[in-house]
Amino acid sequence: MAYSAKVLDHYENPRNVGSFDKDDRSVGTGMVGAPSCGDVMKLQIKVNEEGVIEDAKFKTYGCGSAIASSSLLTEWVKGKTLEEATRIKNSDIAEELALPPVKIHCSVLAEDAIKAAIADYQKKAGA
Amino acid sequence: MSETKHPIYLDYAATTPVDPRVAEKMMACLTMEGNFGNPASRSHSFGWNAEAAVEEARRQVAGLVNADPREIIWTSGATESDNLALKGVAHFYRKKGRHIVTSRTEHKAVLDSCRQLEREGYEVTYLTPEENGLLDLDKLKSALRDDTILVSIMHVNNEIGVVQDIAAIGEITRERGILFHSDAAQSAGKVPIDLAEMKVDLMSFSAHKIYGPKGVGALYVRRKPRVRLEAQMHGGGHERGMRSGTLPTHQIVGMGEAFRIAREEMAEENARLLKLRNRLLNGLKDIEEVYINGDLENRIPGNLNVSFNFVEGESLIMALKDMAVSSGSACTSASLEPSYVLRALGREDELAHSSIRFTLGRFTTAEDVDFVVETVRRKVDKLRELSPLWEMYQEGIDLSKVEWAAH
Repeated sequence: MAYSAKVLDHYENPRNVGSFDKDDRSVGTGMVGAPSCGDVMKLQIKVNEEGVIEDAKFKTYGCGSAIASSSLLTEWVKGKTLEEATRIKNSDIAEELALPPVKIHCSVLAEDAIKAAIADYQKKAGA
Repeated sequence: MSETKHPIYLDYAATTPVDPRVAEKMMACLTMEGNFGNPASRSHSFGWNAEAAVEEARRQVAGLVNADPREIIWTSGATESDNLALKGVAHFYRKKGRHIVTSRTEHKAVLDSCRQLEREGYEVTYLTPEENGLLDLDKLKSALRDDTILVSIMHVNNEIGVVQDIAAIGEITRERGILFHSDAAQSAGKVPIDLAEMKVDLMSFSAHKIYGPKGVGALYVRRKPRVRLEAQMHGGGHERGMRSGTLPTHQIVGMGEAFRIAREEMAEENARLLKLRNRLLNGLKDIEEVYINGDLENRIPGNLNVSFNFVEGESLIMALKDMAVSSGSACTSASLEPSYVLRALGREDELAHSSIRFTLGRFTTAEDVDFVVETVRRKVDKLRELSPLWEMYQEGIDLSKVEWAAH
């Protein structure tokens, strides 16, 4: 399978790998996918008092395209408000990384991950 | 000092390069100046010379497995040999019975031939091997019926390299008057085979797995007691009517030379490969959560099949771009299909997804192995740093109890 230069770049040099304390009130965690399906993505965002994503980290078990999709996403969400981050579409990720049709599900998973992370943060903030 | 070439070839079970000694013999059978004649031509020396070369190769192939040269039938490869053995026997003995016994970890050439025979009305029993890949012979015994005409069990498995006890299986089948076929594509030249002793009735061989050319193979068909076949390829009546088609002298001569070399060098080569394989194994086995697939004792020296838990197979193959290895998970579409062989052994999907097959051969060096060990360790570490599953495992979370958001 041929990967685009951008996928290879994110795969070789993934950005923002790591974890935040998931119990920290300023952190939202989204975990999507399943091991038996071959991909699991964990995305975490750190949100400041103005509702802006200050920092983001990820860990992904999956193919090169899944790793690249989540790595790219962490770059994109930094500096965005929660509202702006929810507007990121999987098609934007797929286009940026030039994902082939069989790998579109990786970008869908990334969109699910940011939505799940935001939901987790809002649930904690509301509690 | 030899410089290590990249990518390093570690996929000898898929195919091997032709040995230069083999290539030289083959080249002498192609051009006007060479031995290009049709071995079936009876009216001139071109034909006679080609026939002599073919018969010399037949003796060389028979020599490796201690058979009578008249028991060797040339084919286009092990796939054709498997097809001819299964369908040929089933069709010839259809009046005697319609039941065949094989195993779930056979090569597709056997499994798909069985599927075809099922469509024709035959019944097939597929045995499940034990967790180590080996068959429980008591289970095989109890699968035999009065209408069983054929048992087909491979000698060495292509994915995990385990060696089945075909001598013992032959004793069981002979006693019951059932024919026994064994696919030896992965074993000839790697495991001693003595067909004068072993009660194997049909055996498939390939040239390109042991440094011969692609496109040629052979089927051993026992003469005493005589085994009959219905031909699958009709034409000029070559190979005593069992397989028509002009014999490709250069291919056959190449296979003969490859088998001659294997007979002479097998013992030495096996000792060398076992050392290299153990060097690879020792370099990898202390990594946490690493699983060896298939029995280590009853196994050819050149094969190592390993699962690296919490690392996804396709991303690992991508990371190992400096080496040619194969993965148990062939990514043909959006979803990974884990190997049917590892599944038959009862390996869970996650471990089957994360398996890598390393197969070493004649041109593998200790430097190659050291490079592979160092690279694999580094890449597995890197991918685990990226893996949320590895993180959860280290936190002591039981992944089988997590409720995953299926997608």
